[in-house]
Amino acid sequence: MGNQVSLFVTCMVDQLFPKVGMAMADVLERLGYRVDFPEGQTCCGQPAFNSGYRAEARTVARHFLKTFEASERIVVPSGSCTAMVTHHFAELFQKEPETLALVHAMEKKVYEFATFLTEVAGVEDVGARMEDVVTFHDGCHGLRELGIKSAPRRLLAHVKGLELREMVPAEECCGFGGTFAVKFAELSGAMARTKIEAILGTGANTVVSLDPSCLMQIQGALSRAGLNVRTMHLAEVLASR
Amino acid sequence: MSVEFDQKIHDTLANASLQLAIYTATGRLKEKRIEVTAENVLPDYQELRTQANALKKHTIDNLDHYLEEFERNVEAYGGKVVYCKDATEVSDFVLDLAKRRGSKLIVKSKSMTTEEVDLNERLEHHGLESVETDLGEYILQLAHEKPYHIVAPALHKTRYDVADLFTKALHVARETVPEKLTLIARGVLREKFLKADIGISGANFLIADSGAVVLVENEGNARLTTSAPKIHVAVAGIEKVIPRARDLAVFLKLLARSATGQLLSVYTSFLAGPRRVGEVDGPEEFYVVLLDNGRTRLLPDRSKRESLYCIRCGACLNTCPVYRKIGGHSFPWVYSGPIGAIITPQFMGISHEPALPFASSLCGACGEVCPVKIDIPKVLLELRGDVKKMEAREGQNRMEKLAFRVFAWVMTHPRIYEMAGRLAASVAPAGDGKWIGSLPAPMSVGPMKAWLSERDLPPSPSKSFREMWRNR
Repeated sequence: MGNQVSLFVTCMVDQLFPKVGMAMADVLERLGYRVDFPEGQTCCGQPAFNSGYRAEARTVARHFLKTFEASERIVVPSGSCTAMVTHHFAELFQKEPETLALVHAMEKKVYEFATFLTEVAGVEDVGARMEDVVTFHDGCHGLRELGIKSAPRRLLAHVKGLELREMVPAEECCGFGGTFAVKFAELSGAMARTKIEAILGTGANTVVSLDPSCLMQIQGALSRAGLNVRTMHLAEVLASR
Repeated sequence: MSVEFDQKIHDTLANASLQLAIYTATGRLKEKRIEVTAENVLPDYQELRTQANALKKHTIDNLDHYLEEFERNVEAYGGKVVYCKDATEVSDFVLDLAKRRGSKLIVKSKSMTTEEVDLNERLEHHGLESVETDLGEYILQLAHEKPYHIVAPALHKTRYDVADLFTKALHVARETVPEKLTLIARGVLREKFLKADIGISGANFLIADSGAVVLVENEGNARLTTSAPKIHVAVAGIEKVIPRARDLAVFLKLLARSATGQLLSVYTSFLAGPRRVGEVDGPEEFYVVLLDNGRTRLLPDRSKRESLYCIRCGACLNTCPVYRKIGGHSFPWVYSGPIGAIITPQFMGISHEPALPFASSLCGACGEVCPVKIDIPKVLLELRGDVKKMEAREGQNRMEKLAFRVFAWVMTHPRIYEMAGRLAASVAPAGDGKWIGSLPAPMSVGPMKAWLSERDLPPSPSKSFREMWRNR
């Protein structure tokens, strides 16, 4: 296997947080990977799947499978979108053995960004420097579906000048939940405020996460509350030097 | 979403003292569970969960076999099994029994199954007095409320609430010390135990190989309920059966730990048949009511029927960030929290409250703590699919359906996707890099409006990632 990796930046990073994708590419290139961006990529289909529209999710999932069929390894700046491919695509194609075989092949090729660095690239120190006190937010799908807990923390521990302070509780949802955030807006907002209390309790200036969607929810609520805490994707932290 | 569901969520979120009460009480239960299931305290916790899941799966897959075995063994001990398909059949059975025996007063121990069929209300409607003897349930009966939580029914009541309630309903001097309040209830309830003709309990487990009903409790009231009156009726869902007494070695290790953080509950009672010759206590008659009430509807669905594995420990409620905000009474039925969100639509039908499976951020905390490993998020997702199929059949929610069809079309046409993105970016405010607190009225509609009701929006970047990538 060569050192070629494909980016799946997710629709959210493509449209709203492009700097996260650029930071991820930077870090990977710094580690000696050749990075490509399959132009046909759009979305993993999770919004439709989580909203109960399985036929529509299946359509988008098929597009994903086709777009990345030729890629050897795919790196994703989101635990949630990674889990959609590795943990839920199979549910969508139970009745299509041929597609299911493609799904199982795909599951082995798709990596969440932090996991890719620690497990595949085998690095914890990417040579980053950021003078800051940060806290880390575990995205629920990365944490519970992919079992990611130590990888981002080990990576952050090697960022020079950075101090990590754990929030209590660390593992409680920020309240995003896709369409849940707008279908149950008041409830979702209340969950975000509880998360923010935990963040403020650490005294950190910056919240770091693996998921742009959690960061959008948390930053949106921080900004609404007029609080001077910023959010950053792990890739942006690791690209700092 | 029904107006009622929406309103109850709003009211609970807006009530600051209730918010604190729910969050504190569930937090305490959650912390205690974490302590007693920690690796250094219970090293085989994960293995126990796996075993419990396998035992439940095997039993539910062979439910007919084990129910028949249970029935044979109950009858061998001189008891009787009564199958009831719904709430009316349960209350009819009890009413008929009370009439034949000339009974007027019934004592009850805590049972979600009897709450599910509104047994108290039905009995009282026919002139019987049915008294809850679990302290929490007794408080709620006086308050005319349904349980707020599967395990801690009066979790939302402070001691001051209880003091007010007792003063008003029992005409006693106001006490606010919990121990004194307990003694007041105990004084009233002792008399009821002595005079009652029938004791009704639930069941935590029904053991097929020994025909026994197992009751797990802390107050001792279930023991009195099932031994003082002449007649004991245990009401249980059909899914409560387990094959062998020795399977309890797995379930009892998990139940109290998951529910209250205890290693074992204070009392665990095994009840098989009525009093036998030579025994000094126990009821003269022993009945087990086996309730369906929608449960058999789940059996054909191999995937979703794991919902029947539940042992009603309440761990999923205590860890659920949604339950901890909206509490128990926001839920449309007696079962609340994540487990309520999956069994209510399946027992009652999805049209009962179609929004219920959507009231979750799918964070997965529930599945992680479930002692019998029910994959609650997976079932929620399947129920969401069922709701959308029902809506399509009935022509409801057409705009949303259309939106997702457009979504799927756009996401499979990359050039259209890019154009749509550019178009959206061109009309979205750039906010000078700052997050956006409000949009002009014509744009602040639907999901945008809902998002902005609680949070700011990210500013639109000048270029998408793919544009930046091409230009680099």
